[in-house]
Amino acid sequence: MPVTTINGHVLWQRRTAAEQWAAWAGWLALAVLFVFCWQVMNKNTMWVFVEDAPRQAADLFARAWPPRWSYLDRLWGPLWDTINIATLGTMLGIVLATPVAFLAARNTTPSAAFIRPAALLVIVASRSINSLIWALLLVAIIGPGLLAGIIAIALRSIGFIGKLLYEAIEEIDETQVEAVSATGASNWQVMDYAVVPQILPAFAGISVFRWDINIRESTILGLVGAGGIGVQLQSSLARLAWAEVTVIFIVILVTVFVSEWVSAKVRAAII
Amino acid sequence: MSDAATQPRSWRRPPLIGNAWLRWAIIAGALVYLVAALSTIEVNWERVSQGLTQGWRFIEGFLAPDFTSRSRDIWRGMEESLTMTVTSTIVGCLISIPIGLGAARNIAPLPVYAVCRAIIAVSRSLQEIIIAILFVAMFGFGPFAGFLTLSFATIGFMAKLLAEDIEDIDETQAEAIRATGASWWQVVNYGIQPQVVPRLIGLSFYRLDINFRESAVIGIVGAGGIGATLNTAMQRYEYSTAGALLIMIIAIVLVAEYLSSLLRKWVQ
Repeated sequence: MPVTTINGHVLWQRRTAAEQWAAWAGWLALAVLFVFCWQVMNKNTMWVFVEDAPRQAADLFARAWPPRWSYLDRLWGPLWDTINIATLGTMLGIVLATPVAFLAARNTTPSAAFIRPAALLVIVASRSINSLIWALLLVAIIGPGLLAGIIAIALRSIGFIGKLLYEAIEEIDETQVEAVSATGASNWQVMDYAVVPQILPAFAGISVFRWDINIRESTILGLVGAGGIGVQLQSSLARLAWAEVTVIFIVILVTVFVSEWVSAKVRAAII
Repeated sequence: MSDAATQPRSWRRPPLIGNAWLRWAIIAGALVYLVAALSTIEVNWERVSQGLTQGWRFIEGFLAPDFTSRSRDIWRGMEESLTMTVTSTIVGCLISIPIGLGAARNIAPLPVYAVCRAIIAVSRSLQEIIIAILFVAMFGFGPFAGFLTLSFATIGFMAKLLAEDIEDIDETQAEAIRATGASWWQVVNYGIQPQVVPRLIGLSFYRLDINFRESAVIGIVGAGGIGATLNTAMQRYEYSTAGALLIMIIAIVLVAEYLSSLLRKWVQ
């Protein structure tokens, strides 16, 4: 405890002198790193444009308001597509993620040395690439449209659902597994009667949670041509029709809020 | 009675949803939805079959990544992404501290609380890519718009978690400091800060990791970074360069995730 005595008064400080210096050195290093990164990042920045920003922003808002509500009629179709991309993508993601999760969980994997690392690699690769990038790749490969969006959402969901599900499988109560296998059940029966019932609530919760995130992500997949309301957004942006962009943003916000509310309600009912 | 004792009894699992009507209604509704949804998907199978050969070329490119022929573009994109990630995380975390303090009900007065919660709600409900579109329109193309986007997104994330942390602290410690006659700043500094800082540092490393991933995406709408390079590579059908970029993104995310988990263990 750094306590010093000055003129007979006992003075308490939080850190010793060495700790204080170390803390300052840490802050200094962070400041240096920040300044360095700032310089590197902004070597090509046109500060004229940045200074111009308030005027640009005012101009933008003047053109974006009021929203062109008549455009709403043309958005119902794309909105239905968006919801389908998210829902079907989540379903496909669940179908693909479930076996991966069982292969990745330490207590259900057939081979901890070979198959488990491979399954974990699939999960990590899927998680580190955003669905928009998956969509970018898939649009180039299978062409623009809903199918690319659905597969992009599914590929991104594998990592998320797989990770949470395999953690849930690893946390199950092993005594139930033992009880069922003591009756002479086969491996599949143990899975069916001891493992699956324990993870079912977690599984349903994870799926609904991911569906909610997928609604959010599928609204923008159209920017790279993968269908949904983002296609309209892209075309309105290209035409600089900001009054239409405002309508699209409002529709996206409302959809996201509704899906979040539905997801919260369903999860509260399950758990 | 003797019947029940001699005859073998069979047991069936109870269904997940007890009410039979509700169960069948849900199943029927799901089927109707599936048919309706699947019927609206138009798939151009000719294009898909053409695409599969392209897909194979992409997999080949992924297995034989080309780091060299576009190394200048790759390096520039990486440089922009990494610097953008670092600066936006630092700025976002710094700004999120006062907002997080203001959004904690146990230390902030009601008007301040309402304003800070509103800032958090706005920042969290808009997606990064939408903010990026707006900032690119205002500030021009390039990593500066990306930096602003990621900082804005970081504020909502960090401030919300910080506020929740402060609301969850052990009140007795703050009470003890207050009993010594400490001012508001001293209560925050000695009673609250030591309790939340370890988790705050851990969260900021987690956010660093998220910001790098996002920096790969916002380039698609012109906010600089590795996403712009990736977009260009895909448009030029240079699959081996795109494969190299993807491998680099996955590798950096893996390293960042590993380092941040180490640091979090060390801090806590």
